[in-house]
Amino acid sequence: MNHRGGNDVMLEGVRRLGAVTIFFVRLLLQCVPALGRPRLLVYQIYNAGARSLIIIMLSGLFVGMVLGLQGFDLLQRFGSEEALGSAAALGLLKELSPVITALLFAGRAGTALTSEIGLMRATDQLTAMEIMAVDPLRHVAAPRFLGGVVAMPLLTAIFSLIGLYGAQLVGVQLMGVDKGVFWSQMQGSVELRDVTQGVVKSLVFGVACSLIAVHEGYHAEPTAAGVGLATTRTVVASSVITLLLDYVLTAAFL
Amino acid sequence: MRGVHYAVGGRPIFAGVDVQVRRGRITAIMGPSGTGKTTLLKLITAQIPADRGELRVFGEDLAALSRTEIYALRKRLGMLFQNGALLTDLDVFENVAFPVREHTDLPEALIHKLVLAKLQAVGLRGAASLMPAELSGGMARRVALARAIVLDPELLIYDEPFVGLDPISLGVILRLIKQMNEALGITSIVVSHDVRELATIADDSYLLSGGRVAAAGPPAQLRASDSAAVQQFMTGSFDGPVAFHYPAPDYATQLLAAEE
Repeated sequence: MNHRGGNDVMLEGVRRLGAVTIFFVRLLLQCVPALGRPRLLVYQIYNAGARSLIIIMLSGLFVGMVLGLQGFDLLQRFGSEEALGSAAALGLLKELSPVITALLFAGRAGTALTSEIGLMRATDQLTAMEIMAVDPLRHVAAPRFLGGVVAMPLLTAIFSLIGLYGAQLVGVQLMGVDKGVFWSQMQGSVELRDVTQGVVKSLVFGVACSLIAVHEGYHAEPTAAGVGLATTRTVVASSVITLLLDYVLTAAFL
Repeated sequence: MRGVHYAVGGRPIFAGVDVQVRRGRITAIMGPSGTGKTTLLKLITAQIPADRGELRVFGEDLAALSRTEIYALRKRLGMLFQNGALLTDLDVFENVAFPVREHTDLPEALIHKLVLAKLQAVGLRGAASLMPAELSGGMARRVALARAIVLDPELLIYDEPFVGLDPISLGVILRLIKQMNEALGITSIVVSHDVRELATIADDSYLLSGGRVAAAGPPAQLRASDSAAVQQFMTGSFDGPVAFHYPAPDYATQLLAAEE
């Protein structure tokens, strides 16, 4: 019985993965024509990106400040608190910024995308488009997906910038690390590939989180409960996939 | 459509339905709730394929068409959804302009004139700048009608156009359906369970019941039918072939069993 139950779960998992992959390919095919509508695309970048700015900036500041505190405390034990600048920069650029931005993106922009598309499904707007011979994948899904993919690296960069400022604020202004040492250590130890790692991660997370959000909304049960469930699934799936992909990417880069 | 079968999860919705819609006429599809009227529309618009039977729209066999061909066919028809299904992020003007922008390269000035003309036809030219959330149910349906006719379709499909409307809005929609048919010569399919309203505009009608066509003909002929099922529907009797009570065990037995 258990054996069969396990098989069923696995089968369902494979089926879902297959369905998402097919959806992804269809979505990518529609992204090319969607690029020809810059106005729609810019609006979606604004929607997913600019509207997430406040939460990203606030979180970046606090994460940076905590990093400054914890980093200082840890490094002080080894008498190397002057390395705080490089520790904060490497931690933020390679790891914290892409991951936390992706998690926040899933909670803020991802849920908004899912519920918006889900409600469009529930109110027959997507069906109406199909009847008007307009592919909703091209008009609704693709611009939102691309908007998320473009917004994520931009948000990650802003998160890093504000985070570094937060770390500096605590490390230099509060704990008394020398300002010149803080910045010069950072400059000396951060290499281009560290930055690239963060950018690649944020791009991959952008694709994953936007795909999940759009897919869940597009296939939401057309009821209030269905849209609610799809929104929850977006947050859960995006978070788990982000953390899983983070491990895979980190291992691949090392 | 001829001999159409369709089932969901093993439960048959249609078991051999024949419906013929004649060009330039208003055809009513009636039936009690849950008889699959909306499913019928989904079949006609190729949103779902039939399990068995033949479905032809504009003479083309839907089963033999590719996705691109189905999209090409859909450009020749318009559909009015029960709730209007207006795009909530666009205002009234842009909603009506949407199919034009998608399917033609008309200059902006011409689109402007075309959209205003269609809005004028449904009496909502003054509401062009409103958002869908600011419209009443009847107004939303009229905007949706303007959108459905903006590309001059040959066939217009109405899904429950009278549900939830006040008498004035209902009168307006009835008049518009008749007008679209007479003035523009658009073939119309109206799916509804509002017998009285349909009787005033329909040329032909079909009554669906139990997965089949229970009766067909002009509304007056249906009313004169001696079939119990048709009579119950046309007169709105609370009991008849469609029973008032959902199937249940014997009432007395169930009450006594609860006491024990």
